[in-house]
Amino acid sequence: MPGISTASLPDIVFMLLFFFMVTTVMRETELKIKKPQLPKATEIKKLERKSLVSYIYVGKVEGQNGDKIQLNDRLADIKDVKYFIFAERETHSEDEIPLLTTSIKADIKSNVGTITDIKEELRNINALKINYSTLKGDIADNIK
Amino acid sequence: MAKRDVPEINAGSMADIAFLLLIFFLVTTTMDVDTGISRKLPEKQPEDAPEPPKLKEKNVFIVTVNRNNDILVEGETFMTVDKIREEAIKFIDNGGGLGNPINGAEPAECDWCEGAKDPASSDHPNKAIISLESDRGTSYGTYISVQNELVGAYTDLRNRLSKKMYGISYEQLLKDSNNNPSNETLKEQVNLIKEKYPQIISEAEPTK
Repeated sequence: MPGISTASLPDIVFMLLFFFMVTTVMRETELKIKKPQLPKATEIKKLERKSLVSYIYVGKVEGQNGDKIQLNDRLADIKDVKYFIFAERETHSEDEIPLLTTSIKADIKSNVGTITDIKEELRNINALKINYSTLKGDIADNIK
Repeated sequence: MAKRDVPEINAGSMADIAFLLLIFFLVTTTMDVDTGISRKLPEKQPEDAPEPPKLKEKNVFIVTVNRNNDILVEGETFMTVDKIREEAIKFIDNGGGLGNPINGAEPAECDWCEGAKDPASSDHPNKAIISLESDRGTSYGTYISVQNELVGAYTDLRNRLSKKMYGISYEQLLKDSNNNPSNETLKEQVNLIKEKYPQIISEAEPTK
């Protein structure tokens, strides 16, 4: 019985390899805060066009009290939010600016006060599109 | 001189190398799609802006979440999260009076509402405003749960209306419309539903 030819196996594997190489996004921000446990929700929308999204992380830092805000790869103060958004705007063309979205990735144990402060800062500089980052799931898991 | 055979390079291990790389990329790939609840913040009003028009109390549905994560509806009833959707639907869909004029037409009653038509509750879906009040100490998880339920109330109503008018759910309609951006009819249908049940949720500034 002749064996199955495996000559095309490398081709197949290479094809898969290229697919994954192209789709891989290396994580560009390292989290300084504890990985936020995102809340769950059912009425969610997918964020299209990731290049237009800037992320604000909110969570706790080991051994410290209160909510901390992380912008890019460093911990920041609430006042830095506007400079962060300005910097994001610099990298986009004029007509893309109204489409820029800010995604807030906050831990479920954060205080709403912190989120409100961020929202207020964003309102001040007219960055009005926001997205509360959530996972798909049952909302009953949020309250525990 | 005898012709020498050029020895072929053995490509047998090529697959192994490729597999190794493949596994590396498989492991490092994060295919996470970002999802969440989208919101548009209200524009900042200038200091000298005129007072906003007073709203009738019956057209505002106030949901308060306090620092102990208790949920209070209309300032009087304590409620668990899973009851909010039902209450919000009752409020939005009440249709007890005349709505705001649509496209310059005369103010009309809501003829697609199936609510109780209670004169003490909201007049019309386009007048009904949901106000979500929170405290600085409210936990974010509870806050998002309540937001989710409020958005869900609108989704339910839109789905119901869309099923009645076009035979498919609003979510499906929206998906179809996104998949065929050139289809004007679908776009119009989506906009019509949105106009009939506009999502008006206000996030009030939290109490200190």
